[in-house]
Amino acid sequence: MSGLPSLNANLEQEFGLINPVMPYLRQDRIPHIWCPGCGIGTTVNCFARALTDSGMDLDKVAIVSGIGCTGRVAGYMNLDSFHTTHGRAIPFATGLKLANPGMKVVVYSGDGDLTAIGGNHFVHAARRNMDLMIVCVNNFTYGMTGGQVAPTTPIGPTQTTMPYGNFENPFNLPFLADACGAVYVARWTVYHVKQLAKAMLDGLNKKGFVFIEAMSPCPTLYSRRNRLGDGVDQLKYYKEKSVIRNGADTKEVGIAYQGEIVVGKFVDRERPTWLDSMNSHFGSVFGDRFTPYGVTDGQE
Amino acid sequence: MHADPKGVLTGIHFIDGDHAACEGALAAGCRFVAGYPITPSTEVVERFASRIPLVGGVFIQMEDEIASSIAILGGAWAGKKVMTVTSGPGLSLMMEHIGLAVITETPCVIVDVQRGGPSTGLPTLPAQADLMQVKWGSHGDYEIIALSPNSPQECFDLMIKAFNLAETYRVPVFFMMDEVVGHMTERVEIPAPEDIDVVDRKWTTKKPGEYNVYQAGADLVPEMVKAGDGYRIHVTGLTHDERGYPAMNPVAQDKLVRRLINKIRDHREDIVDVREDGVEGADVVVVSFGITSRVAQAAVEQARVRGVKVGHLRLVICWPFPATRIAQLAETAKAFVVPELNMGQMVLEVERAVCGRAAVLPIGHAGGTVHEPATILNKIMEAAQ
Ligand SMILES: Cc1ncc(C[n+]2csc(CCOP(=O)(O)OP(=O)(O)O)c2C)c(N)n1
Ligand code: SF4
Ligand SMILES: [Mg+2]
Repeated sequence: MSGLPSLNANLEQEFGLINPVMPYLRQDRIPHIWCPGCGIGTTVNCFARALTDSGMDLDKVAIVSGIGCTGRVAGYMNLDSFHTTHGRAIPFATGLKLANPGMKVVVYSGDGDLTAIGGNHFVHAARRNMDLMIVCVNNFTYGMTGGQVAPTTPIGPTQTTMPYGNFENPFNLPFLADACGAVYVARWTVYHVKQLAKAMLDGLNKKGFVFIEAMSPCPTLYSRRNRLGDGVDQLKYYKEKSVIRNGADTKEVGIAYQGEIVVGKFVDRERPTWLDSMNSHFGSVFGDRFTPYGVTDGQE
Repeated sequence: MHADPKGVLTGIHFIDGDHAACEGALAAGCRFVAGYPITPSTEVVERFASRIPLVGGVFIQMEDEIASSIAILGGAWAGKKVMTVTSGPGLSLMMEHIGLAVITETPCVIVDVQRGGPSTGLPTLPAQADLMQVKWGSHGDYEIIALSPNSPQECFDLMIKAFNLAETYRVPVFFMMDEVVGHMTERVEIPAPEDIDVVDRKWTTKKPGEYNVYQAGADLVPEMVKAGDGYRIHVTGLTHDERGYPAMNPVAQDKLVRRLINKIRDHREDIVDVREDGVEGADVVVVSFGITSRVAQAAVEQARVRGVKVGHLRLVICWPFPATRIAQLAETAKAFVVPELNMGQMVLEVERAVCGRAAVLPIGHAGGTVHEPATILNKIMEAAQ
């Protein structure tokens, strides 16, 4: 994320330049809490770009986060924004979406939040094809709490609670999302800003359970602890070791420690959403007595 | 405001408490329920699932009670009146989101059809042992409201009150039934929609830009908006300021927590609801709630036949606790008899209010069935000595 308000004001005054991300942020909440070199802000830039390109009415977009460094994203976005409890962004978002189907609901949270404590909600929301766009910032660690092992940590690196190196098998998140029924699955890194923004745009325009994994450095904890250099060094790693393989078999996209990162759009398919299924089912059961739910809701 | 006719099954019914509670919720305007099956509460969501398609709304069976208890909070912020339904083990799983509902001031109703515990305990048999859990179960300091019906008719009537209180004070409201009330079938009269008073959400009339999501007036309850209305609200479980922005310092904490607590404590006397029978000037006062009040009433009547001046004070609303009223009665009563289907929870509150001015005789029960009226009668006779 760029800059302090004063810097921005100067740019605006002296050069007539406005940071295009600023209108999407709650400017009165800047500076943000993220460390120098952290990748979360870059993903937010991409998200702002996607929102611009989508041309959506931003009053009809809500963002829901859990708890973590990434969980703070909701608090900075100038949208209806909800910072909930650790792991439970998806069920909150489910309630929000079902109670006002006119909203586009985006869940934006960390790898630990979404797939450890929130793992059960993740698999069920994907199974139901709940109409939610999930952005998972994967930094291989629990940033907020100081660098503990996550379900995404590759075998090898140390974490505060894996002081002798991680020996637990990690999740391959695109495979998990695919297997559970997500209609759109993509992975990019914060080196691939254009592609990440495009995936987010795809996600905003797609109906159903969308999963976007954004690989992002945590220089303060994960990199430092494992002597991987700073944020820039992680970007170099992403640049050198990423291979774009659109349509790759998600079974094959697991990540080894500092190993190859397969990126791309892996899944893009159609399935009826939970609400579509409910409406068509009740329509066939009750006929004319049933008024399709949520078709006008939210457009009042 | 009157009830929306779409949700109201006006007429005379012969249904159990669980079904009546569901009808109460529909009549109150509840249009989003997320739940997870658990005995003895399941009939509430089963009925809701079968009724809602033609009423207009949504039921979803979530993957667990953690999910259910936060899905309803999302539903409330999207503008719906919401409810979840559970029993002991599920209630325990919901606790983190009771706190979230409190700090985000999200109106919601949580039905707890109580069964014997701890743990899986007695799934199909009654208890009243969650009284303290609904009050204290989530971490941190807070206040909630809890009602306790003693009949299917009250499951309907008080459910409307539960929703009205949730909307008025923007707190989670517990609806503490028990297995017996949930499964007993009795006559239930559902009035016409125009005879049902329903409190609408406290929507703001301010425009975006003028509105602060947690700015409260004299009643300490902020006005609400919903997602999608252009206010671009931020709602967080972190300690926050009036704009809803995180403000993590002792000053902001003090301001927020005091307001959350005082919006209930300052209105305690408006909220408290007790049913009194001959308590004024009584030597012995029986204090009870929920199903136990029906057994206690039988014992009270028998004791009167034996010449005891005994009154009965029944808590329709358990939290806030009617401490002021009990303290008044302690000026004249010799003793309080406190039967409850737990090993002594409400009696602690009674003792606190009585404050040594009269004897307080608990009648604990581990649950699984209701008290024998004779047990309560004997205790009344003992207290009258
Ligand atoms: C119920 C609960 N358990 C634990 C925590 C502590 N906690 C906060 S954030 C977090 C992990 C965050 O990791 P991740 O989701 O990967 O986000 P990151 O900080 O890496 O962006 C934990 C364990 C909590 N807030 N709530
Ligand atoms: S701790 Fe790591 S994830 Fe959190 S803000 Fe700092 S760099 Fe980013
Ligand atoms: Mg993480």
